[in-house]
Amino acid sequence: MSARDLHGPGAPWGPGEPGAKSNQEFVTVGKPHRKVDGIAKATGAAIYADDITLPGMLHAKTLRSPHPHAKIRRIDTSKARALKGVHAVITGESMPIKYGVIPWTPDENALAVDKVRFIGDPVAAVAAIDEDTANAALKLIEVEYELLHTFLDPRESLVRAEPAIHEGRKEGNISKSVQLEFGQVDEALASADVVVEDDYFFHGSTHAPIEPHCAVATYSPDGVLTLWSATQITHYVHRALSRVLELPAHRIRVIQPCLGGAFGGKSDPFSLEFCVAKLAMLTGRAVKMLWTREEVFYAHRGRHPMQLHYRSGATKDGKLTGVDAKILIDGGSYSSFGLVTTYYSGQLLTGPYHFPTYRFDSTRVFTNKPPCGPKRGHGSVQPRFAFEVQLDQLAEKLALDPIEIRRRNFQGDFTRTVNGQRVTSNGFLQCLDEVERASRWRERRGKLGFGRGLGVAGSMYISGTNYPVYPNEMPQAGIQLKVDRSGLVTVFTGGNDIGQGSNSMCAYIVSEELGIPIERIRVVAADTDLCPVDLGAYSSRVTFMVGNATIDACRKLREQLVAAVAEKWGCAPTRVRLLEGLAIDLEDTSRSMTSVEAFHLAETKFDTLGATGSYNTPKLGGDYRGGTIGASPAYSFTAHVVDASVDVETGRITVHDVWVAHDCGRALNPMIVAGQMEGSAYMGIAEALFEEHDVNRFGLHRGPSLLDYRLPTSLDTPEFRARIVESIDPEGPYGAKEAGEGPLHPSLPALSNAVYDAVGIRLKHLPFTPAKVLAALREKRERESVATAQGAR
Amino acid sequence: MRRMGEYRLEVNGDTHEVSAPDHWTLLEVLRYRLGLTGSKQGCDKGDCGACTVLVDGRPVLSCLSLARASEGRAITTIEGLMPAHLRAGGKGADPVQEAFDRCGALQCGFCQPGMILSARALLNRCPAPSREQMRDALSGNLCRCTGYTQIFEAVESAVATSLGLTPAPRSWEAPPVAKEARP
Ligand code: FES
Ligand code: FES
Repeated sequence: MSARDLHGPGAPWGPGEPGAKSNQEFVTVGKPHRKVDGIAKATGAAIYADDITLPGMLHAKTLRSPHPHAKIRRIDTSKARALKGVHAVITGESMPIKYGVIPWTPDENALAVDKVRFIGDPVAAVAAIDEDTANAALKLIEVEYELLHTFLDPRESLVRAEPAIHEGRKEGNISKSVQLEFGQVDEALASADVVVEDDYFFHGSTHAPIEPHCAVATYSPDGVLTLWSATQITHYVHRALSRVLELPAHRIRVIQPCLGGAFGGKSDPFSLEFCVAKLAMLTGRAVKMLWTREEVFYAHRGRHPMQLHYRSGATKDGKLTGVDAKILIDGGSYSSFGLVTTYYSGQLLTGPYHFPTYRFDSTRVFTNKPPCGPKRGHGSVQPRFAFEVQLDQLAEKLALDPIEIRRRNFQGDFTRTVNGQRVTSNGFLQCLDEVERASRWRERRGKLGFGRGLGVAGSMYISGTNYPVYPNEMPQAGIQLKVDRSGLVTVFTGGNDIGQGSNSMCAYIVSEELGIPIERIRVVAADTDLCPVDLGAYSSRVTFMVGNATIDACRKLREQLVAAVAEKWGCAPTRVRLLEGLAIDLEDTSRSMTSVEAFHLAETKFDTLGATGSYNTPKLGGDYRGGTIGASPAYSFTAHVVDASVDVETGRITVHDVWVAHDCGRALNPMIVAGQMEGSAYMGIAEALFEEHDVNRFGLHRGPSLLDYRLPTSLDTPEFRARIVESIDPEGPYGAKEAGEGPLHPSLPALSNAVYDAVGIRLKHLPFTPAKVLAALREKRERESVATAQGAR
Repeated sequence: MRRMGEYRLEVNGDTHEVSAPDHWTLLEVLRYRLGLTGSKQGCDKGDCGACTVLVDGRPVLSCLSLARASEGRAITTIEGLMPAHLRAGGKGADPVQEAFDRCGALQCGFCQPGMILSARALLNRCPAPSREQMRDALSGNLCRCTGYTQIFEAVESAVATSLGLTPAPRSWEAPPVAKEARP
C-alpha cells in the first residue's frame, strides 16, 4: 500500500469505516508502553553530543561580538595562533558563504563577515588542546570595530532603513511583511453588534533546553566529514554544511546523538556546527565545541516578541463577524525561520472558530538583538494569546459565558477555514466539554470569591505542514526496514527523536503492523549515512508523517510475510494474521508459527527482506501567495481551564491547576501524549509568569543564566491534568495527530482570563509580573473610585 | 599557571587515581577523566541540577564542587545505581530508575540522572514522601520537558511498588474533578 492511499475515506481506521478498530483491538497502539530509550536514559547510558570523546580530540571556543551593531575593521589572530596548544583559528573569511534555514533568506555566516549584528554574534573560533587553552587564545584575538547605530525598538526598524542591519535589501530593516484579507472585514465589523479593539504585547521567551548546544566533527583521511550535533533537523544541517563548506553532500555525514531537549531551539543550522567541521578539516583532528549556557541564551532563536492589535466583532448572540489583526514582530538580527513566522502569525488563527471574514497585516523587522526563531507553537502562540483574551472581552460585553461563546463559534469538522485551509477531524467541542466538566466550571467560575478565578481558552495547531522548507516533490518522510533472521526488525528513520519519543513511536507501529513485541525492534535514527531522508522534528510533523511512512513500509513487508505463510499453509493470505510474535490462521487458530519462522519463509521465497515506505502530504492550501504556509494535513485542537489566585497585596499570581484537554486524533501511546500535554502547558505557564528573554538598553542580555531567566522549579509548577480527546483523523497514522505543540497555546490566555475572573483586571501584556498586576489593580481601583465619585455627584 | 593535582576518588564503590588540573570540578573529572558521562552539565553554575551526584548519600551539585574536595567521600553517580542494586541482590535497574522508565517520566532525559539521584536520596531518607515533600526535594533539579507531573508520578509509583501497594491511577487515566478551593 502506498502512503498516498492513506488519504481520504479509504483509510483503514476511523469510526464507521469497514474494519474500524477501537483502541481495544490494537495490540500495541493505544497502550502506555515504555520508550525504546527510556532505560538507557534512566541509567546514564544514553550518549548525548557532549558525551562523545574521540582520540586526539581538540576543543573549540568562539569569540563573540561585544557590540550590538558594528563594522569589523580589522581582525588580527596572529597572537592567538602563536599560543602553544592552539591548532587553528578561523574567522568569517574562512567560510564566507551565507546560509539560512529558509533558502530564500540566507543571511547568516558561520562567523561574522565584515559586520556584527548583536552582542554575541560569533566572530572567530579557536581549536586547541583543551578548553582553557582555547579560552586563553580568544583573549589574544584583536578585533577593531566601528560602531553603528543600534536598533532595539522594532518600531524604529519599521521606519528607519539606515544603517541597514542587512545591507543590500530593498525593504531596509523590514524582514518580511504579509497582508492578507479574506472577505470584507471592515463591513463585517461595521455591521457587528459589538466590537472589541485592543492592544496586546507578547514578550520574548527562549527554549532553554537543559542540554546546551554541542557539536563534534571529524574529517577522515579519505575526505569524509562526520558531524555529531545536538540538532533537531539533521537534514537541513547536512544541506547547509555542504553549501557553506563547499563539500559535496555525499562526503558529509550528520548524526544526531541523544538530544537533551530542543523545543525549536535546535532547528536552525548553528555557527558551532560549521566551525567544528571547518576546524576538523583544517587540523585533521576531531574537534568538539560545547556552548556555555550563556552562549545558548545568545544563540536564542526563541519566541518573537510581538505587538498585537486586534479588532473583533460579533453579533448579539455571540457569533464572530470578523477579525482584523495588525502585528509588529521583533525578529532580532537574522531571518532564521522569519518568513514562516510572519505568515504563521496570521495564518494559524483561523480555527477552532469560524471566522466569516479575516484580515491580518504582519510585519517582521530586524533589530540588533539575539535572533528569534521557532519556539514550540511557532508564530502562533502570540496571536492566540491576544485573540483568546479578546474573545473573553467579547463574551463579557455580551454577558455570555466564556465557554459558551467558544462553543457558539465552533467551526465544525471536515470544513474549510476562511483562509482556505482544509480541516479534517476536529474534537474541539469535546475538549471544551472535558475541561468544563473536570474543572467544575459551572459550579465554580465566578463563585470562588475575590482573588481566585477560572479562565478558559482554546486553540488549533498544525500536524506538520505541506510546505517543505526547500521546494521539492519528494516524500517528506522516508522509512527503511531491515529484517534479521533472529527475528529482529531494524527501523531506519531520518526522524529526530528530541525527547518527544518519535523513535518509540516507530517501534510501536512496527510492533502493531508486524505483530512482534517491541523488544524485537531496534530503531536507528537521524544518521544521514544510514537513514532515509526525513525533514526533521519541527512543525509537529513527526508522528503524522513518519508514522504514516512507517505504516507504509510495514504494510509492504507484511504482504510478503503473509504471502509466504499462506503459501506454506496452502490457504488464502487473508486468513493469515501476524500477532504477538506469531503468524496465525484466522480460521484455524490451532495453526500458527513464530514470526521468526515466518521471516525465514519469506526470505526463502522472496529474497533478502526489507521494505521502504514514505509519506507526502496531499495538495493543500489556499489558492493565493502564501496559501500553502500553515496548510497541514490535519490540525490538533486544545482547550484549557486554568485555576489561579491573585494576592492583591504582593501582586503574585499562583496557578493551582491547569486542565488540558487535547484532541490528538488517536493517542498512539497515551502516556507519551499526556507527557507532551503537561510539558506544553508547563512551558506556557512558565512564559506567562516567570520567563522573559530581553536585552537592556545596550543590547546586552538581561540575564543569560538559568538563575536569572527563571524556569519554574517543581515548587513553582501547578498541577497539570491531561484529558486526552481522540477524534481519529482519517489521514493520521491510526488516526493520530500532533500533541507536542498545540497544548501550549491556551495556557497563557486562559491564565489571563482566570486572573480577570479572580480580580477583574485584564492582563494583556506578558509576562504577568507582580509589578504589572499591582499596577493594573491600582488602575482598577482608581477607575472605580472615579466612577463612585461621579456616581455620588 | 595551572597546577595539576593527584588524588583518589571513590566512585560507585571503585577507587580511582585521578590526575587533573586543580581547578577541575567533580563534574569535569567524572565526565572527562573517568568517562562517567551519565552526570550531565546543563549550566556549570549550580542552577540546573543536571550534574547532581550523591556524596556520602547526599545530593551535591558536582559542577560546583572541586573534585579534590570529594577525596575520601563515597560518590555515587547515575551509573552506580543499577550495579549497586544488582549487588544487593535486586534485578535490573534501581527501582527509581525502573519507575521513571515505566511511567514515561523521561522525555529528553537530560535532567534525569540528576533528578533520579535526588529522588533516590529522598526515598533513602523518607521512604513514603508526600507530593509536597517531593516538590521540595526535587526543586533543585530543573526539567524543561515534563512539567514534573510524570516525575512525581514515577516517584509515587516507586514508593507504591516498594510498599507493595497498587499505584494510584495516572493523571490522564482518572478523570480528575476539581477539589474545593484550597485556602
Ligand atoms: S550543571 Fe551543575 S547545576 Fe547545572
Ligand atoms: S526530561 Fe528533558 S529536561 Fe527533563
